[in-house]
Amino acid sequence: MGMGLLFDATRCVGCGACSSACKEQNKLPGPVEEVLTAYTWTTVQPREGLNVRRMCMHCEVPTCASVCPVAALVKTPEGPVVYDALRCMGCRYCMMACPFEIPKYQWDRPVPIVGKCILCSGRIKEGKPTACAEACAYEATVFGKKEDLIWEARTRLRQKPGEYVNHVYGLTEAGGTSVMAISSVPFDKLGLKTKLPGEPPAMRTWQVLSNIPDFVAVWGVLLYGVHWITARREDVANAEAKDNGRENGHD
Amino acid sequence: MTDTATLASRRFRPGFWTIVAGILFLAFLTVTVIRFTKGLGAVTNLSDKFPWGIWIGFDLLCGVGLAAGAFTLTAVVHLFNLKKFEPIVRPTILTGFLGYSFVIVALLLDLGQPWRIWHAIIYWNPHSVMFEVAWCVMLYTTVLAVEFAPVVLERFGFNAPARFIHRLITPLVILGVMLSTLHQSSLGTLYLIVPSKLHPLWYSPMLPVQFYISAIGAGIGMVVLESYLSKRAFHRHLEMDLLEPLARGMVVALGIYGLMRLQAIQRNHAFGSILEFGYEGRMFLLEFTLGVILPVALMSFRRLRSDPNWLVGGAFLAVLGFVMNRLNVSITGMEAASGTRYMPSAMEIIVSVGLVATGMAVFAFAVRNFSIFPGGPIGAGPDPKPGA
Repeated sequence: MGMGLLFDATRCVGCGACSSACKEQNKLPGPVEEVLTAYTWTTVQPREGLNVRRMCMHCEVPTCASVCPVAALVKTPEGPVVYDALRCMGCRYCMMACPFEIPKYQWDRPVPIVGKCILCSGRIKEGKPTACAEACAYEATVFGKKEDLIWEARTRLRQKPGEYVNHVYGLTEAGGTSVMAISSVPFDKLGLKTKLPGEPPAMRTWQVLSNIPDFVAVWGVLLYGVHWITARREDVANAEAKDNGRENGHD
Repeated sequence: MTDTATLASRRFRPGFWTIVAGILFLAFLTVTVIRFTKGLGAVTNLSDKFPWGIWIGFDLLCGVGLAAGAFTLTAVVHLFNLKKFEPIVRPTILTGFLGYSFVIVALLLDLGQPWRIWHAIIYWNPHSVMFEVAWCVMLYTTVLAVEFAPVVLERFGFNAPARFIHRLITPLVILGVMLSTLHQSSLGTLYLIVPSKLHPLWYSPMLPVQFYISAIGAGIGMVVLESYLSKRAFHRHLEMDLLEPLARGMVVALGIYGLMRLQAIQRNHAFGSILEFGYEGRMFLLEFTLGVILPVALMSFRRLRSDPNWLVGGAFLAVLGFVMNRLNVSITGMEAASGTRYMPSAMEIIVSVGLVATGMAVFAFAVRNFSIFPGGPIGAGPDPKPGA
């Protein structure tokens, strides 16, 4: 299941230490922006009296990785969905397809690349938590094994049922994600997408794509068959015409 | 399209046309320079919220779709052996080839790093529809080039290679039809992945089939329009005996497509959003009435199909409806979920218009210098029109 993050909106004070730490860790230029951009991979937004973190959810079956024609986006076994800027040709299908609208683009650069949270993949490999989780003094963002985080989230919901919406955001959304959230107000009011299918969107295209080999074989044989029949018919017609001509000639 | 018709008919006034082409080409170059020095944000109205604009919605989706006449007619002539349609195969192959070239040029501008376009050859992701699209574009452009090569080879007297290609025509055509079927449908498959973003008036699990069938209908419409435009430009007669039965095929394709669309909307319980008559509802009504209902209704009458003016009108509506559909899927239907409105910038439009104009100029050049239409190159001999 890999590693993940649990964000608890009831604990977040909106100090923005996570966003700053992210900028520093990933050497992103400019100040922290209010919305996600290619240069701001996580940000904290005030909503409904709470503060909510926006960042890549690191899907279990990432739509971005499924749509990328050159496999520049990949889900690693440790949890992060990472991006290889040297492969990316810039088709921006990941931006189109992502159900959470996370990948952003460098619109201001002549040689642009995609920018999104990579869950500090390098740090995780070294056994360290993500920079944002390490920077959070209020344990609003905690890092850990995904199964432990699910357990922790459910424990909090059970212990204080009145203080939380009874749902762990990220358990089922778009097939489940490595980043999860709990909150005291409904998630749609925090600006999170709630009408997402439980099945990963990638399955819808794979159902079509996986049939291509069969389709090519059947369609090819069928088309050749049509050609064979029509060509044969023409040959027969010509031969008959010729025979008739010969018979007529003998007469 | 009436504008383009007049443009085409003015082909024989190089003075005027050279200026227009020159201006468009310079504008195109300027946009290209800005694009590659200041970035995509400087020339387009694209943003993080709306990453695909008309270069995808019009140039790519329509450029490929309107090239569908090529595989439809090669299949009709070479596989179904309906030899009487042979005289109009060459112009459709040429259109197909130009359409695909147009798509590639547009992609070179739209891609963030177009010099990596070949990455799809070495880095594979068979789970990606875009990967399939990339391969189909590469392979089918090659097939179209080979199918068209005999025209060029014969012109310069290389008859042996032309005969060789001609012997390979059956496997070539089968390959072309298979690639086209995959490619036309895969452009619809591209949008299967956005069930939570594309408006229910356009989203459907059957999008790949809808895209394929509507491309056949619009591809035939393009064949009729091309014949008409070249008739106006080069004072040819319209091959009504061929175009009338083709229009019948167009009615069948559009009819099936129309029913599929209605069924999909019913499945999505989206008829209500038409009655609400909001932005999406109005755009849908416009698209469906002009692009499906009207051409099917009109072209169902043999009397109208056999009248050149009505026939061209019906074909024009089918092509218009097709373009509206692709723009609605790629832009109108995606706007609500993106939380923003997208209008192409002047520079985005310049590129698209410039590409269409270039395509028409190349088509006209080819028609005058190669035997595209029956009877050899047009206007190679003394031309009655002044300024030719």
